[in-house]
Amino acid sequence: MILTVDTLTKRFEMHVLDGATVVGLDGVSVNVRDGEFLAVVGPSGSGKSSLLKCLYQTYEVSSGSIRYHPADVDLATCDDRTIMRLRGSEIGYTSQFLDEIPRVSAVDVVARPLVESGMPAESARERARDLLSELGLPGPLFEAYPATFSGGERQRVNLAQALAPRPRLLLLDEPTSALDPETRRLAVDLIRADLGPETTVVGVFHNHEMVEALADRVLVLGDGRRRDLLPVAEFEGVVA
Amino acid sequence: MTVLSGTGLTRLYGDPCGDCESLTGDDAGRNRCPACGTIVACADVSLDIERGEVLGVVGESGSGKSSLAELLALERGEGHSRGSVRFDGYEGNLLESDYDTRTRLRNDDLALVHQHIRDGLTLSFSGGGNVAEKPLAAGERSFEAVRERVRSLFEQLEVPVDRMDDPAETYSGGMQRRVQLARALVTDPAVVVLDEPTTGLDVSVQARVLDTFRRVQRERGVAAVVVSHDLGVVRLLADRTLVMRHGRVVERGLTDRILEDPHHAYTQQLINSTL
Amino acid sequence: MDPVKPTRTGVRTVSEPDHGENHASDGTTGEATDESGGTPVEAEDVDGALAALDGAGLAGYNYAYLDEHTKREVRRAVLKAIAIPGHQVPFASRPMPLARGWGTGGIQTTLSLLGPEDTLKVIDQGSDESVNAANIRRLAERTADVETTTDTTAADVIQTRHRIPEEVLDRDQVLVLQVPVTDPLRKVDPSDAANRRRHAHANYGKMWVHLYENVVEYGEIQVASRYPVTVAGRYLMDPSPIPRWDVPKLNDADNLFLFAAGREARIYAVPPHTDVEPLAFDDRPFQVERFDAPCEACGATDTYRTAVETDEGDRLVVCNDTSFCLKRREDAGLAKDHHLDRDGVDWGPGTPDADDTDQEPATNGGDRT
Repeated sequence: MILTVDTLTKRFEMHVLDGATVVGLDGVSVNVRDGEFLAVVGPSGSGKSSLLKCLYQTYEVSSGSIRYHPADVDLATCDDRTIMRLRGSEIGYTSQFLDEIPRVSAVDVVARPLVESGMPAESARERARDLLSELGLPGPLFEAYPATFSGGERQRVNLAQALAPRPRLLLLDEPTSALDPETRRLAVDLIRADLGPETTVVGVFHNHEMVEALADRVLVLGDGRRRDLLPVAEFEGVVA
Repeated sequence: MTVLSGTGLTRLYGDPCGDCESLTGDDAGRNRCPACGTIVACADVSLDIERGEVLGVVGESGSGKSSLAELLALERGEGHSRGSVRFDGYEGNLLESDYDTRTRLRNDDLALVHQHIRDGLTLSFSGGGNVAEKPLAAGERSFEAVRERVRSLFEQLEVPVDRMDDPAETYSGGMQRRVQLARALVTDPAVVVLDEPTTGLDVSVQARVLDTFRRVQRERGVAAVVVSHDLGVVRLLADRTLVMRHGRVVERGLTDRILEDPHHAYTQQLINSTL
Repeated sequence: MDPVKPTRTGVRTVSEPDHGENHASDGTTGEATDESGGTPVEAEDVDGALAALDGAGLAGYNYAYLDEHTKREVRRAVLKAIAIPGHQVPFASRPMPLARGWGTGGIQTTLSLLGPEDTLKVIDQGSDESVNAANIRRLAERTADVETTTDTTAADVIQTRHRIPEEVLDRDQVLVLQVPVTDPLRKVDPSDAANRRRHAHANYGKMWVHLYENVVEYGEIQVASRYPVTVAGRYLMDPSPIPRWDVPKLNDADNLFLFAAGREARIYAVPPHTDVEPLAFDDRPFQVERFDAPCEACGATDTYRTAVETDEGDRLVVCNDTSFCLKRREDAGLAKDHHLDRDGVDWGPGTPDADDTDQEPATNGGDRT
């Protein structure tokens, strides 16, 4: 077991609405197995992104616990610096859209986090180039600035950036939403090939084909609550 | 490993009556003492920074963030200051240290990048001369060695080396800011304090300058305190962030958490107000 | 001119200390002025009358022109300056019968030091004969009743503008230099308050940047005059607009150097046997001027030379120290320490051979003051 999520609840108190409370997650519990690919599905507003953000600690949980076993800490209550350390070395997260820094080339966007954690620059760039070409990004774009790319091209850079460090726990939030079917297949192949048994993935996917192609199990959320947890074989586009 | 810490940092401007702090702050909704008119620029702020970390400090005008930056950078200011600042490798409370200790620290280990270029650079000197000043003041006596160090920093901070000998006043705003950064980094300090690093820069230039700093900061493992009213600056650079209002810290945490899951009413207002 | 005759005004010449009393009224036997307001004088002719009143204009002046309180203050400033080598000591500079910028600080210092037994030499840019030097000498002669000389080796006090003499000075001599701008940091910051703080904390980074930029521009240090030096390892000092040639003479000398500025109202000093080191980089050393020809007049190759224009419009290179040059014309190989009982000249820089063709001519440094 890599993660034990126990009765996780996330409430947002909106002061601008005179303190009205919105519930993002309501008592969600799930055990995530070491090395598995857990897909998270559900309609909009069901709490999928909130779950990932709570795991990454971008959201502060209101109650419940998230036991991360390799470091033996409760992510929900440990201090900021522990989170920073884990984010740097073990836990990766990627949102749907590329967080852009102007005038950094696609290769450097992917390579930089590697360099920052100590990899020699040339090796980092090489890994970056490998990933980008596996995802079908045209060679001439490698040294270009993602600001000028299409949505699909940007997402490829984004996905490459997520995969590059080979984190222990990878949290993916709709990383392929803007990709055409052809590229989605490339992504699936790459993820399968690149991720070994030492990487656990918790991923939010809208596209059920991807879920079926990649996941081991599927967690279904609705209205912030856990509705179901099934092996992928039993999952058949339950939620529209 | 903590490199810089501040405890109970307080700065008041005026003639304090003794009640100033209790009559001001977040709950009171003001930083001016109603009894005596004293401005409580910041009160009782504590923080610590570890090696290689970047701490953001956000707030609007009057929030106290610049006063905090000045206290941390051991700038001689007006007003009454209280509290303690400790620095790894130096004894005692540095707010009470003598001129020589303070100068040594600020020359070697702690650098401040001023908000206004005029305060940070001698515009009549060349850009290279501005960067050379610290190593020369520290006793470097080989001309070639100084020149090489200046050239290296210009390259790292992406300032054209062929402009090295031109007077700093002929540089563009972005270049001047980079020279300030070079000057701050030339002695390999443990901590750099950036006070409103995007002031005076065109929008198109801002992101580039910040990105350069970010790259150099990570490569060298320099710790930094970044003070800004601009959330984008903090988002790009800081690992953790403090939100200040009326001289107090109202919220603190991981930067992405502050930006995406703000708890305090004021923080929410601040996040919602971003264009 | 007829010799001065004793006169009925009985004015005492001011070579006698008068302790502040007004002897004119005491000594006047004549008493009253006549109807036109003049002073009756017993004399045989106009010249005689003028001669008789020669000292009258100085009636009421103290010995050496300045009152004793002023001289005491100047001496106190001098002592303080000696106690803190290179540190600028303020003093209340008096109005002098010479315009500011023409050596009023030097004069006040010299007059505060002179006694009637002393011998004074005054030079201006190396020459005894300039108008300014001559005026200063005359003031001292008349008010302090001292002997004056052009011979460096015979002077007790030497007042100088922008040069240190070629002949070695010994422990009994004092050199008073006229200084226009006392603070070397003025070049990098016009703010006096900021510079004083820098001196207080030995914060000389900006001067080093100035030097760095100088090397960037010229490839080597090209500071012609007012070359910054460090005194006793502590204070940054401006040696006044002497040429680089003279700067090494300040280091570990036998004599006392005093620097005085009347307009800036400051005095500073380099006591005997003090370390004085010109600022330089390890790989860009301090260098003195080079000359392309020996002195036309005496053939010297080891003195500081300047170019002068003759009446015919020719350009000649001659020794700047005119009194030494005169001596060398008599005796070409005269050593700079000929007057001292010792071996080896350690005064001033060594001299590159005048036959070297790749030398640049020296440039005259210094601002007018």
